[in-house]
Amino acid sequence: MEKRAFKKALFFVVAFMLAACSRDNSSLKITGSDTVLPLTQKEVEVYMRRSPESKISVTGGGSGVGIAALAEGIVDIAQASRKMKFEEILKIGSKGIAVEEIVIAYDALAVVVNNDNVISNLTREQLEDIFTGKIQNWKEVGGDDIKIIPYSRETSSGTYEFFKEHVLENKNYKNGILSMPATGAMIQSVSQTRGAIGYVGLAYLDKAVKAVHISYDSGRSFVEPSFENAGNRSYPIVRPLYYYYLTASESKVDPFIRFVRSDEGQQAVKQLGYIPFTQPAPNNDEKKGEI
Amino acid sequence: MMKRKGKYKKVMERGTERLLSASGAVTGIVILFIVIFLFREGIGLFRSPDVEKGYALYLNTKNPVEQLTPYEIKQIFDSEITSWDQLGGPNKAIRPYRVDDIFKEYPEEEWGDHYELLSGKLEEVIKSDPNIIAFLPQRYAPPVGADIKELPAKNITIAGFFGGKEWLPTATPSPLFGALPLISGTLLVSFLAILIAVPLSLGVAIFLSELATKKTRQVLKPVIELLAGIPSVVYGFFGLVVLSPAIQKIFHLPVGETALTGGMILAIMAMPTIISVAEDALDNTPRALKEASLALGATKWQTICKVVFPYASSGIVAAMVLGIGRAIGETMAVLMVTGNAAVMPVTPFESVRTIPATIAAELGEAPAGGAHYQALFLLGCILFLITTMTTVIAEFVSKK
Repeated sequence: MEKRAFKKALFFVVAFMLAACSRDNSSLKITGSDTVLPLTQKEVEVYMRRSPESKISVTGGGSGVGIAALAEGIVDIAQASRKMKFEEILKIGSKGIAVEEIVIAYDALAVVVNNDNVISNLTREQLEDIFTGKIQNWKEVGGDDIKIIPYSRETSSGTYEFFKEHVLENKNYKNGILSMPATGAMIQSVSQTRGAIGYVGLAYLDKAVKAVHISYDSGRSFVEPSFENAGNRSYPIVRPLYYYYLTASESKVDPFIRFVRSDEGQQAVKQLGYIPFTQPAPNNDEKKGEI
Repeated sequence: MMKRKGKYKKVMERGTERLLSASGAVTGIVILFIVIFLFREGIGLFRSPDVEKGYALYLNTKNPVEQLTPYEIKQIFDSEITSWDQLGGPNKAIRPYRVDDIFKEYPEEEWGDHYELLSGKLEEVIKSDPNIIAFLPQRYAPPVGADIKELPAKNITIAGFFGGKEWLPTATPSPLFGALPLISGTLLVSFLAILIAVPLSLGVAIFLSELATKKTRQVLKPVIELLAGIPSVVYGFFGLVVLSPAIQKIFHLPVGETALTGGMILAIMAMPTIISVAEDALDNTPRALKEASLALGATKWQTICKVVFPYASSGIVAAMVLGIGRAIGETMAVLMVTGNAAVMPVTPFESVRTIPATIAAELGEAPAGGAHYQALFLLGCILFLITTMTTVIAEFVSKK
């Protein structure tokens, strides 16, 4: 019984691998970050409606997977929720291929707590201490006498890395932090745990949890996570979302990327709860990932 | 005419036999291949450096520190160790330095087209500060010599893997692969599951085979078997939304995602297997034995305890072991309800992280061939050994 099931599974694996190997040059393949995935899917949907003759396939798997696939030449566009890492640049550079980077939208992270929590403002330093385990009780930041339960995402998530880089300044999360496999699970857990604190993409924010106002200037001003504030960059935890493609295949990917960056494409960005890259930025918009 | 038909039949038969044995052999070879692959990738971990591959740590030669453990490196870069005197050096503040820092200090034009000026710049930085510890890619590292020294690279050790208590696989510069919390988490959750599932399932099995009327049995058995068909994500979601708040309230815990929640969900998932195998075993008791016992004046309960149960005991043990196997390997439901905190569990009311959940959550993003990837494979090997052991025990016991 088990053997048969196993063989069946093996058959599918082989079939899948064969399918993956058969290359079709006319179709556009996009893979990478799961954060960008819904956005790309939406863009493709609208784009295909306009030009039905184009063939585009979109898959997820993570930013790292996408960039690795791009370096191997398996896909045409790698979607990423973070900038390429230095070692990835080195790896691609050692193969003698050039890669282009383009920002297609922005995504903001909101820090959320339980609705019963009295805290509504936190500074970056406090967040760092909470997530690295130095502050363990809400009363240390002016709340009730309840143990803080920080929730993190799994290490494979781009959101995990983004939060670690921007809020924890590259320090490690505290040992044995609770980690959630998905945004939905994160919201569910925070909504039913009194001392909880977690982080989710702005697009996923809902009434089940309370979003904290954040200060990146040691408590002088606290900014509410909202689309408006993220759009004008007064809210600090914002990251760009990228498309990477090979310089050599520019002519192939160009129509689609131009569409994504057009007004119509950016309309879809707004609909999905991301922040359009065209919003007025106070300074150099292309490099604005670091605040 | 008849003769030819017979011959044709014989050829067909032989052909089918060949085909069957060939498919058996192929399956065996494939399984062997997978096992070899699993172990080869896993064992590779102990040949990986404990600092990220292609990178090294550089110090100013004025610094007397010669060696650091992965844990110390982690603490330095997390600013938990802030002074060199904690590591046997002078009483000076440590300055951790990453390659990205140089990109903040110097504009892009100064690195050269292919970063050929980078190593010179890094050399300047390290020379100028005796308290620096720099984490740099070896390709662009400054020349080691009078002013700069490289910390010797060590491999990840077996003791570090099996004895380590911190699982921080993506920490840079020095990832920590301590499998102990994961192994103990897996064992704890499975143990709790068995503790809950076995008595309940045995009760149901005895009820079904000995006490229930034919009609109840006809309804109940398919329903229980249906439980086995529910996808594990659904169980996981049920656990997260219903069970974990309930446990949080009942035991007044700060968090509801605990080992106990995971154990309960696994128990529910393992029950159909245990019930149906145990029930089959009880059913196999010869009618003559039971009737003889009743004829001697034993009550129904005495018959179940003294006759049916001992007769079916090997089947029941096999059922339990199969249940354990199901519980240990389960991934998705556990990933959703146990909280996945990689700490050494002390009580069942804490969050734990199991091996299958770790593999499922992390393998997608672990770079192929890297230390993290190998560590996950090694966890797979451990899981494989545990389940193989349970299967062998089941085989051994049920043959008795």
